[in-house]
Amino acid sequence: MSATEDNDTPESMTIIAWSGDLDKLWPTFILSSTGAASGMDVTVFFTFWGLFPLVKEDVRITGYDAMTKSLAGMNPPGFKKAKLSKLNMGGSGAWMMRKVADKNKLLPPEELFAMCQELGVNLWPCQMTMDLLGIKPEQMVEGLGEPVGAATALQKMSKSNINLFI
Amino acid sequence: MPDTAKVVDAKGQTCPMPVLMTAKGIKEIDSGQIMLVEATDNGARSDIPAWASQTGNEVVESEEADGVMKFYIRKK
Repeated sequence: MSATEDNDTPESMTIIAWSGDLDKLWPTFILSSTGAASGMDVTVFFTFWGLFPLVKEDVRITGYDAMTKSLAGMNPPGFKKAKLSKLNMGGSGAWMMRKVADKNKLLPPEELFAMCQELGVNLWPCQMTMDLLGIKPEQMVEGLGEPVGAATALQKMSKSNINLFI
Repeated sequence: MPDTAKVVDAKGQTCPMPVLMTAKGIKEIDSGQIMLVEATDNGARSDIPAWASQTGNEVVESEEADGVMKFYIRKK
């Protein structure tokens, strides 16, 4: 049943983007762009490892101590360095996956992310993760919403027909 | 074959592009007008009708020949 036929309130989808893995970023942005293109109110809440792809590629996350610096070192910023969740093989797995995707004309996550921005998907960084890992707002890519917390994410989820954790 | 106000060529595009291109194209025609979407992605066979159902637009006719799917969509 389509909500658009019954009233003016669009259906809603919220995705918790917890993983920064390449093969999980794909479904996140394929579903969110398609949802927005289908008239849904779509929100993606980026938390934990899901936050790193949104950090500008040229940023060196220094964190605030040795441990946050080390965690940042294991999770390089930007989409381009995203790893595969399995068989990453030091990056060659991710490289092959991108090659295969390109050959099949599947857009890379960074381009699908740009589509999501164009389609008006709400892109919310998790404030707590930013504080925890020492990521500053100015180190994040443009076009994101204000950083929010768990209560704001839950408020949106309680009103969403579809809630996913990826 | 219905008269079309616009043609969206999504041939060679992979999921989710045919749907995104369809959604973009429908904004450029008026209510009641018909848009033709051409696609070759196997997912489009079910995805275009699903998108239409979700958005309240209507697939008035569809056909498939030589690996190309054609969907005629009337804008709500």
